[in-house]
Amino acid sequence: MIKINNLHARVEEKEILKGINLEIKPGEVHAIMGPNGSGKSTLSNVIAGREDYEVTGGTIDFEDEDLLDLDPEERAHKGIFLSFQYPIEIPGVTVSNFIKTAINETRKGRGEEPMDAREMLSKMREKSALLEMDKSYLSRSLNEGFSGGEKKRNEIFQMAMLEPKLAILDETDSGLDIDALRIVANGVNKLRSADNAVLVITHYQRLLDYIEPDFVHVLYNGKIVKSGDKNLAIELEAKGYDWIKEENA
Amino acid sequence: MTNLAQDLLSSFVVVEPQLNGGRNLHVAGMRKEALDRFELTGFPSTKDEEWKYTNLKPVLKHDYKILLKSEDAVAFSDIKQFLLSDLDTYKLVFINGKYSSWLSETTHSEFDICTFASALNKYPDTIAEYLGKAAPKGETFVDLNTAFADDGAFIRVKNNQTVDKPIEVLYLTTEENGPSFSQVRNLIIVEQNAEVQIVERHQNLGSTVNFTNFVSEVFAAQDSRVSYYKVQNDVTHASLVDNTHVMQERQSNVHVGTYSFGGKLIRNNLHFYSAGEHCESHMDGVTIIGDGQTVDHHTLVDHQEPHCYSRELYKGIYLGKSHGIFNGKVIVRQKAQKTNAFQQNDNILLSDKAYIDAKPQLEIFADDVRCSHGCTIGQLDKNALFYLRSRGIPKSEAQGLMTYAFASDALEYVKIPQLATRLNRVIAEKLGINLEFAL
Repeated sequence: MIKINNLHARVEEKEILKGINLEIKPGEVHAIMGPNGSGKSTLSNVIAGREDYEVTGGTIDFEDEDLLDLDPEERAHKGIFLSFQYPIEIPGVTVSNFIKTAINETRKGRGEEPMDAREMLSKMREKSALLEMDKSYLSRSLNEGFSGGEKKRNEIFQMAMLEPKLAILDETDSGLDIDALRIVANGVNKLRSADNAVLVITHYQRLLDYIEPDFVHVLYNGKIVKSGDKNLAIELEAKGYDWIKEENA
Repeated sequence: MTNLAQDLLSSFVVVEPQLNGGRNLHVAGMRKEALDRFELTGFPSTKDEEWKYTNLKPVLKHDYKILLKSEDAVAFSDIKQFLLSDLDTYKLVFINGKYSSWLSETTHSEFDICTFASALNKYPDTIAEYLGKAAPKGETFVDLNTAFADDGAFIRVKNNQTVDKPIEVLYLTTEENGPSFSQVRNLIIVEQNAEVQIVERHQNLGSTVNFTNFVSEVFAAQDSRVSYYKVQNDVTHASLVDNTHVMQERQSNVHVGTYSFGGKLIRNNLHFYSAGEHCESHMDGVTIIGDGQTVDHHTLVDHQEPHCYSRELYKGIYLGKSHGIFNGKVIVRQKAQKTNAFQQNDNILLSDKAYIDAKPQLEIFADDVRCSHGCTIGQLDKNALFYLRSRGIPKSEAQGLMTYAFASDALEYVKIPQLATRLNRVIAEKLGINLEFAL
């Protein structure tokens, strides 16, 4: 589905990604772990198309198409979704209006007709119930005054509505209590299928107890230095990151 | 002295006998005194502190007609779009400064909704009691208006009355034969525990430039409630100086909303005087302007008595080569303890050529007060923009959505739903976004 080949990227003058190689196939769940500052969030932002990051080398192909020339909205139309580590508050725009606009702009981008209003409404009801969100959520301003947990649930709600092919969860577990974590993970698991893929970016193994990865990669100093199965995550949780740092010193 | 000022001074002798209220000696005296003051000051220039950022020269340079022709024929169908046509309202329509009975809908039953001209003749006592008591002498445009104005809206709501439907005041200009300068005036008296909602706009239907010098005096007696909405969406060859002065007594609640989208140059002098305890003064507005347009909001809140609350929220969006000015002055007199004054002015510049001058001014002489003020000038938040785009919303739509959300925030206090919908629609249109956001 997505093939990242020797990806280099920098912010301002600082090189952060120093040759990432990663391939994710449909139906797979990959986890990227790593200490702070290793480049995890940069990778997710570069895939989503944030303009602050400059790609200086390498390629990203999504379904055999070059992704790097596309605007963020075009990437979204192709089926890429980024769940933000820090979702943005937008006063004056309700959750329902926002999601309606996002869905219909995405459909427009794909050359499809807008979603029927009734279908939209029933889908919103279904997906908000999946994430155990109260109905009043939909008429609140986007993320304004939301607690950390509410913001993250709202991200997964958007993911559920948009049904992406590749969902990138950037530190979705940070700041969540155990109940919220369970709800969020349950939401993600319900959305998994043989056709879509998930990339979980996390510092801790905790979320991976709920969303079981097929592959775990360790990102350190802008490179993937180790890959394995879910046992690697357990090992990291037990041993910390120091041994990775020593191995790659 | 400008040519226009000289023309005004020399034409007064000719104009004066034709002005309404000429038989009223009190008014005649006021006119002469006001003209004398105008003769001394003339029009302000950018050397005056209060006019530092707003250059009147381009507006004053025209060879204006001072005495306009009387009522022109305007069909209701031509002005329907400027009225809240989906709502039953009282209407006061003026064409070139003269009252149009044909287009208006007035009443004298439980409240007076009629004209300043008829009040000058019919209610000399009321005129003596109120006229010129809120608008300060010595302000050039007020003085000029006092000298020349002879029509406008007269609204008087008696004790404990609630006006059953909103009042629309519409000032039309139809001059086709060269530039015109008009002086119109409102007198609004809301007695104890009375309530009124007013929607006002100035509209040039003609193709030549016009300049309006407008004064509106509002007297809000004890426990009264006034909602006053100014829709400024005129053509770009129309200019306006709006001088609105609100005198508030104990426990009155007055809201003035100013929505500025059109016009070449608009200067809003909006002054509130809270002369009784526990007054609430609300002023807010949205400004969205583009190439060649200037909107200047000069507000003053004068807290004279204790326990009053004022809230001021102005949002501005500037496109193209436009110029915004915000000067918000709050005075808290020594006696006005426990004042709570809030002021916020937020601006977004959507073009490199747009600019804004913002100046909050606080003069506080009491020691137990809460005053806050804030001013922001910026571009749209890049992170928020990326957030929306990452959800599939294209850049231009994302910008529109964010600016719309930013602006509509200031419409919260609009109590007439049809007006709020209208304003939302204008904002959406100005920002070129799908109305689906607005509803």
